[in-house]
Amino acid sequence: MPLHFELVTPAKLVRSQEVHMVVVPGTEGEFGVLEGHAPFMSTIRDGAVQVFASANAAPEIIQVRGGFAEVNEKGLTVLAEHVEA
Amino acid sequence: MPSLKELKGRINSVKSTQKITKAKQMVAAAKLRRAQAAAEAGRPYATRLSAVMASLASKVSGSAAPRLLAGTGADQKHLLVVVNTDKGLCGGLNSNLVKAAKAKARELQAAGKSVEFYLVGKKGRAPLKREFPNLIGTGFDTSTVKTPGFDEAEAIANELIAMFDAGQFDIAHLIYPTFKSALAQDPTVKQLIPVPAPAEAPAADAVVQYEPGEEEILEELLPRYVRTQLFGALLEREASEQGASMTAMDNATRNAGELIQKLTIQYNRSRQAAITTELIEIIAGAEAL
Repeated sequence: MPLHFELVTPAKLVRSQEVHMVVVPGTEGEFGVLEGHAPFMSTIRDGAVQVFASANAAPEIIQVRGGFAEVNEKGLTVLAEHVEA
Repeated sequence: MPSLKELKGRINSVKSTQKITKAKQMVAAAKLRRAQAAAEAGRPYATRLSAVMASLASKVSGSAAPRLLAGTGADQKHLLVVVNTDKGLCGGLNSNLVKAAKAKARELQAAGKSVEFYLVGKKGRAPLKREFPNLIGTGFDTSTVKTPGFDEAEAIANELIAMFDAGQFDIAHLIYPTFKSALAQDPTVKQLIPVPAPAEAPAADAVVQYEPGEEEILEELLPRYVRTQLFGALLEREASEQGASMTAMDNATRNAGELIQKLTIQYNRSRQAAITTELIEIIAGAEAL
């Protein structure tokens, strides 16, 4: 079962899709989220979110600024104030 | 009785007014759709953020809570953040907002608190200044940008938080129009700072891991929450302005139409009367021969 990934900015819902893995730049280091990750919450630093659509695919890189990430049983939600695709 | 020429002039002037109001109505209708879409697109962020806020705020409470959540401990100095539009031609929207702001200010003053205003948008300044000449503090000018976005909300929030940290006020209230439909926009008064503790108790999913600690996250979250609130208020204002403007201009166009009809009837009557008089004169002259 893939991971449900959502990227939200104040202006709009940027992404809402099923992916394999997402690497998030947390304030205390990058972390990768696969499906079934334990509930987790972290602030993020300015940097790139890497989205892996499937296990072997090249990552899609999205620059984000200011925000935080939340992992719960429904998936990963990244709330960012600014996004540069 | 105005002359034929005067009537004609008046009909023409009402016609050109109608053209303007009709154009403004159509512009507002087009902009309304966009503003409404923007307001709706902003909702997922706000709901998610308040959900996270709710679950965090219940965990970090008491003395450990950051100042933005706990407040300064006093409630003497109140700041009213009034969000008005920059342009007129939108019916009673601004006067309703000003009325709500005045009522709130009077209520606080009656309770012995000191009140200051922080004005966003141009149209509230004059009426509030007339009523409370000494209480108008700073403001934020949104008229320089076409559609106020998150950057403006961020600038306002940063200024407010700086004022809060400097101890210039204890409690801030946000007064803004809530867009219900093109016909109804209700002025809403909401506490902005300190952030009101969320009422609903979140589900107890106790095993969430936090990185860094809960307090640090909350501390970072609170300014963000204030920003989101302001951004939401700006979006609502935009939608309300266009909605109110559309309705007001629709009414104005209809009134102009009625006026034109009345004036045209009057014009035709006086023209007919002039013709009849002329005919009578000719016939009378012919009979006299």
